[in-house]
Amino acid sequence: MSQIGSFALLLALGLSAYSFLAGFVALFRRDAASARLGETARRAGIATFAAVLLAGIVLVLAAFNDDFSIAYIFHHSNRDLPAAYKFAVLWSGQEGSLLFWSLLLAGYGFVLRLRYKTDQRLFAYASVIIASVQVFFLLILNFAAHPFAIMQGALPADGTGLNPLLQYPEMVIHPPMLYLGYVGFTVPFAFALGALIMKYPGDKWIHITRRWTMVTWCFLTIGVFLGAHWAYAVLGWGGYWGWDPVENASLMPWLTGTAFLHSVMMQEKRGMLKVWNMALIFATFLLSMLGTFLTRSGVISSVHAFAQSSIGTWFLVFIGLTLAVCSFFLVANRSYLKSEHKLESLVSRESSFLFNNLLLLVVCFTILWGTFFPILSEFVQGHKVTVGPPFFNRVAIPVALLLLLLTAVGPLLAWRKTSVESLKRNFLFPAIGSLAVGGMMILFGIRPWEDPSYFYATMAAILSALVIFTVISEFLRGGRVIAGKSGQNLFAAMVHLCHRNTRRYGGYIVHFGVALVIIGILGTPFNKEVEKEMAFGDKINIGPYTLVCQSYTQDDNPNYANEWAIINVFRGGKQITTMYPERRFYKASQQPQTLPRIYPSFREDLFLVTDVYLVYEGKNETTGRPIIKAHLNPLVPWIWIGLIIMVFGTIVALVPNAAAVQVAATAPVRTPAQVGAGD
Amino acid sequence: MKSSTFIVDCHPERSEGPAFCRKRRNSLHRWLQAATLAVAVVVFMGADDDSARFKDLGHRMMCTCGCGQILLECNHVGCQSSDKMRDELQAALDKGGSNNDDLILQGFVQEYGPTVIAAPTTTGFNRVAWIMPFLVLALGIAFAVHIVRSWKNRPEPALADGIVIPRGSELDEFRRKARRETDL
Repeated sequence: MSQIGSFALLLALGLSAYSFLAGFVALFRRDAASARLGETARRAGIATFAAVLLAGIVLVLAAFNDDFSIAYIFHHSNRDLPAAYKFAVLWSGQEGSLLFWSLLLAGYGFVLRLRYKTDQRLFAYASVIIASVQVFFLLILNFAAHPFAIMQGALPADGTGLNPLLQYPEMVIHPPMLYLGYVGFTVPFAFALGALIMKYPGDKWIHITRRWTMVTWCFLTIGVFLGAHWAYAVLGWGGYWGWDPVENASLMPWLTGTAFLHSVMMQEKRGMLKVWNMALIFATFLLSMLGTFLTRSGVISSVHAFAQSSIGTWFLVFIGLTLAVCSFFLVANRSYLKSEHKLESLVSRESSFLFNNLLLLVVCFTILWGTFFPILSEFVQGHKVTVGPPFFNRVAIPVALLLLLLTAVGPLLAWRKTSVESLKRNFLFPAIGSLAVGGMMILFGIRPWEDPSYFYATMAAILSALVIFTVISEFLRGGRVIAGKSGQNLFAAMVHLCHRNTRRYGGYIVHFGVALVIIGILGTPFNKEVEKEMAFGDKINIGPYTLVCQSYTQDDNPNYANEWAIINVFRGGKQITTMYPERRFYKASQQPQTLPRIYPSFREDLFLVTDVYLVYEGKNETTGRPIIKAHLNPLVPWIWIGLIIMVFGTIVALVPNAAAVQVAATAPVRTPAQVGAGD
Repeated sequence: MKSSTFIVDCHPERSEGPAFCRKRRNSLHRWLQAATLAVAVVVFMGADDDSARFKDLGHRMMCTCGCGQILLECNHVGCQSSDKMRDELQAALDKGGSNNDDLILQGFVQEYGPTVIAAPTTTGFNRVAWIMPFLVLALGIAFAVHIVRSWKNRPEPALADGIVIPRGSELDEFRRKARRETDL
């Protein structure tokens, strides 16, 4: 089986190398044969997908067949591993995850090469660039991190098992989502670089890649949030974001990708920010590669660095080469990227996009800086320093709050110029509403002047409310216009409005989701925790809840042995649920793992929902009683709801626009006026 | 002398008169005294509250077991480091007296190395870590303002076929009309 996999990988390397070289030659030759050569390159690219897919299937089959002659399977699986995790073996270790990267890239390339008729020349450039990235990954797979390497010596009876931290349902979804995001940015990158090299006229590359970019961004968003949820539900420290280097690595391309999604609108609408957009998509791709480098190289210590090796050098060389190529063409062809329009007013959508981009990039820089500062410190001072949550919270949060303010203000600004009256009219309701929210917080006992974290929480609440009220007012205003013209009810009119300009209103829904995420985060300063050894009937009082230990017990199955406590949760004297915090001991890997249990109190507090979060910390060996740590984490569920709304908003933005309603104009005009146009 | 700064708006020539100014000055003094007292209470209450100090210091240090987590957030089963470090922190706080927060942190640095502190200090080269993001923000804002101004001052592109683009008040009138008709 390993031979089939090895052959498939070698074949894939040959095919992708051919696709790159033949495609490259075809692009620069102007004879009749070049078209045929280009076509063979395209087909070789398609065949690469088949070969890499075969390698992937072989690796998964090897996991299911417990083929421990393959070193990768021996190190990441065992006979009693549940089937879902055997499938997840594909991305559980370094070699497998690189193969998965390569497979996804080949998949994206497959779709792209099938759709080549949209614009044959631009697609040919993009295809060659994707093939070059593919060659890089297949070189690593064949020569540095071979997933089908054979075990030395006697064949082991069982594998060492999957890392217990990865044996959680979300781990079957989180890495693929993150990788779909990371890899997906290769497509807009390839089109952008292709357009730059060939000095492609117009913004067609942006139109072609708009949906690619949004889908990719959506995958990356899901991946980042699933990672946060996994940390929350598995690591058991009661938090979801620890500013770990690998978490940071996933956030950085998300930030530049978000900036790109906003700034491309400037290019589409006004022909501006052309150089900036190129630089942003290049940065996003490079930061995706940097994320993989950080996860895989071990250059920076991280709890998430599940697989570390010497392939970091390969990545550094590739990142350096890519940076050099991109910079060269950006400088050499800069005349092609001249802006077409001038700015009419400082108070305009254009300015807000510019500052939104600036703030996103400053947050990105802060994270990059904080992630790499330990290395810089070691170089300069001779010793490493830790750059942990206190640094990021203190530096990134103020900038993020400014960004939130722009998220609220930006959509209310018109393209070109915004009049003072329209600003007043549009801001009055959201501003009053958000200030009322701040007032209510103070009324309910939150004193922003007592603690910086309370100050940030209050500011975040006010600004999130501003975003939410802005979005609502925009929907209401547009909905009323449509309802007035068409006679529909307001809700139907708002749906209609949304369908007429899906990108704009889908974007607003995403902003709404972001505001909910921020609301979920701002509960952090109000977290509570209590730790106690619990005998039968012992109680923990935390917030409005009383936790009573009903019992504790243990069990055993082929994959792990476990012990858990049975905790009844009471509120106001009434039992509302029973929770089972658990600790497992995985037999194959000989590693323990706690599994917290979470109860979100939606039934009791719909808006001020709180997570009751219980962790089985361990057992007192003398008394045999469990030690339970109870956390009360207010508002956290809003983060996950916010994610769902963000994904929904992205899906809405991906739907094609319905035809514009034609409204009879009062003055005679040649063409009908369109309502609700413009992003 | 300093108190005169608080009555800068009180002019005897105005209708308020000197009695009003005195009253206002006294009121300001009372507010200042109350504010100073409140700050002092908060500061000294905080200094006496060991559990708050424990929480604060525990969140300024990392667990040294390699988990990469904040000391008070490390919950690794059987972690040898965090329990010991928490006990040491509590012992240092129990000592009281001149054992202030910086000295306690310094003690941990001597025992576990500089990586035990969760964020760079504000001394020496470590200051660069804190300054750089704000410097980049300031430079970025300056650059963005420069870009916006250069865009604004850019000459209008010439149009073919004698097309005239409405501008100034004429364009504003068109905009008002469009908004009136669409209510958007």
